[in-house]
Amino acid sequence: MSEAINRAWLLSDAPASRAQAAWGRRYRLWCDFRANPLAMSGLIIAVLLILASLAAPLLARYDPSAQELTNRLAVPSAQHWLGTDELGRDVYSRLLYGGRVTLGMVLAVVLLVAPLGLAVGCIAGYFGGWADALLMRVTDVFLAFPRLILALAFVAAIKPGISSAVAAIALTAWPPYARLARAETMTIRNADFIAAVRLTGASSARIVLRHVAPLCLGSLIVRVTLDMSSIILTAAALGFLGMGAQPPSPEWGTMIATARRFFLDQWWVPLIPGIAIFVASLAFNLLGDGLRDVLDPKQR
Amino acid sequence: MKNRFGRLAGSASSLLITLFGLVLVTFLIGRVMPIDPIIAIIGDHAPEDVIARVRVELGLDRPLYVQFGIYVWQLLHGDLGRSVMTSNTVVEDIQRYFPATIELATVAIVIATLIGVPLGVLAAVRAGSRIDIGIRVFCLAGHSIPIFLLALMSLLVFYATLDWAPGPGRADVGLEGMVPVVTGFLTVDSLIERDWDSFYDALAHLVQPAGVLAYFSMAYIARMTRAFMLDALAGEYVITARAKGLSNLRVIWRHAFGNIAVRLVTVLALTYAGLLEGAVVTETVFSWPGLGQYLTVSLLNADMNAVLGATLVVGIIYMALNLLADAAYKLLDPRVA
Repeated sequence: MSEAINRAWLLSDAPASRAQAAWGRRYRLWCDFRANPLAMSGLIIAVLLILASLAAPLLARYDPSAQELTNRLAVPSAQHWLGTDELGRDVYSRLLYGGRVTLGMVLAVVLLVAPLGLAVGCIAGYFGGWADALLMRVTDVFLAFPRLILALAFVAAIKPGISSAVAAIALTAWPPYARLARAETMTIRNADFIAAVRLTGASSARIVLRHVAPLCLGSLIVRVTLDMSSIILTAAALGFLGMGAQPPSPEWGTMIATARRFFLDQWWVPLIPGIAIFVASLAFNLLGDGLRDVLDPKQR
Repeated sequence: MKNRFGRLAGSASSLLITLFGLVLVTFLIGRVMPIDPIIAIIGDHAPEDVIARVRVELGLDRPLYVQFGIYVWQLLHGDLGRSVMTSNTVVEDIQRYFPATIELATVAIVIATLIGVPLGVLAAVRAGSRIDIGIRVFCLAGHSIPIFLLALMSLLVFYATLDWAPGPGRADVGLEGMVPVVTGFLTVDSLIERDWDSFYDALAHLVQPAGVLAYFSMAYIARMTRAFMLDALAGEYVITARAKGLSNLRVIWRHAFGNIAVRLVTVLALTYAGLLEGAVVTETVFSWPGLGQYLTVSLLNADMNAVLGATLVVGIIYMALNLLADAAYKLLDPRVA
């Protein structure tokens, strides 16, 4: 009963308040999104992965660093659901804790990069002139390196590890956001409503923060979601090459790197974390694709 | 015409600025490292006065901007320093390793194009159908799978289990170094020599790493082809062509595809640039003696001259390809005035 009323309230053609209009719009977007089975499966997998990593201490059956050297490289069994690695550690438990490392790195990169890219792009796009020229040249320089290679050089220069990997990925990830936010800002900059806000005496900072930046968020969210998969892959590749998280950390790429020696005989040991990376990355790709169709139809 | 020259000058100047930035970034990365470059060269047991002398010899006692000036000056003379690991100059090393990477990336992009473009066209023609969804998922999977996992599994299946493909490396041990180096591309060199054994061997070694790279880059090609084709198929000229009674195949390939070919050139150039990145990991797994492997081995040995040299070269090529993509689009498509 109440559901029907809520639905009517959300879909009302004549919303009585701003909040009602905003929620109505969100509900309509959600309905569009829900109709896409690929996107929904991406969302469900992503949520499950995040929940599983958060609940790792509850779900794990062993301490992820507990070694059992008499039981190395065991096949999956009732005791060890996904087998054990080269030091006899339980792969299933390591996978859960590794999810925290991997998803934590993704989160850290996104939190660093999205606001930075948004700020650079909005400032360049809104003010134009020399600020635009300067910021865009800097962006071009960072776009001129393939991502993984710049990250590798950067990590090698500092010190391999999780925090330098995050810094290196962030360093290479922000330019596309700046480009995107700049393009969006330039289409908004000369709109009538911005002129109206300016006439009421709003400062440039207020216009950018309250009126320009929020409108860039839609395409930025799409981009962030699609980017998460490439961040996961870059972090894993850094780990695999020995430049990301260091053993004994259960980061998925690092797990593959240490298990790589056994892949001809005990192939499941490197394969299992590989599948985890694949599933996580695919989930964010599906989710991002679905979000793009809903939030950014012109990009389709 | 005059306008075109003006724009050319504009993009040339922004190119120079980007290039300068590229050099500056690699220089700065080289200077922030906590590993003392002197200790990397003469070891940490050297006496104080030797360390001081080497510091002066390397110019490391000068202010940073002077060092940068020297670095740029050396670069302009084609000097990237000497690799500690191979004790060759970095330029020599890059000349030796780079052809292997180009060979690999070129074969990969040919495979990716031959499969990706028809898949994209098929998906667009059957938009919304099961085929479309299937192709989309297949390509998205290629984009989501870690390339080193794909490479490892491909070795496991096709080399270790089925024995269809030769193992890692660029040639069999017995055939290594048999063909004189002319172009550096093993397939081309063996053809020049008419050494068929070496040719088939080189080709067989190429298939697996190139196939892995191709699957990785196919996703983008297929997706863009699909999007462009959807656009083109909705055009009025396509309706006209159909109304004239042309066959379906002719409408799709001659009329719609003909119009998107130029835009695809751009996509291919960008994909080729992206392959440089995939090559780093693929080469490591397949022990492919290319620039990617050179880069990772130098990284693990903290051989900074080699790392920075390789990074700079890759950066410049990446930039050149991006530029080429842009230029091809502007030159070939008369609609972009």
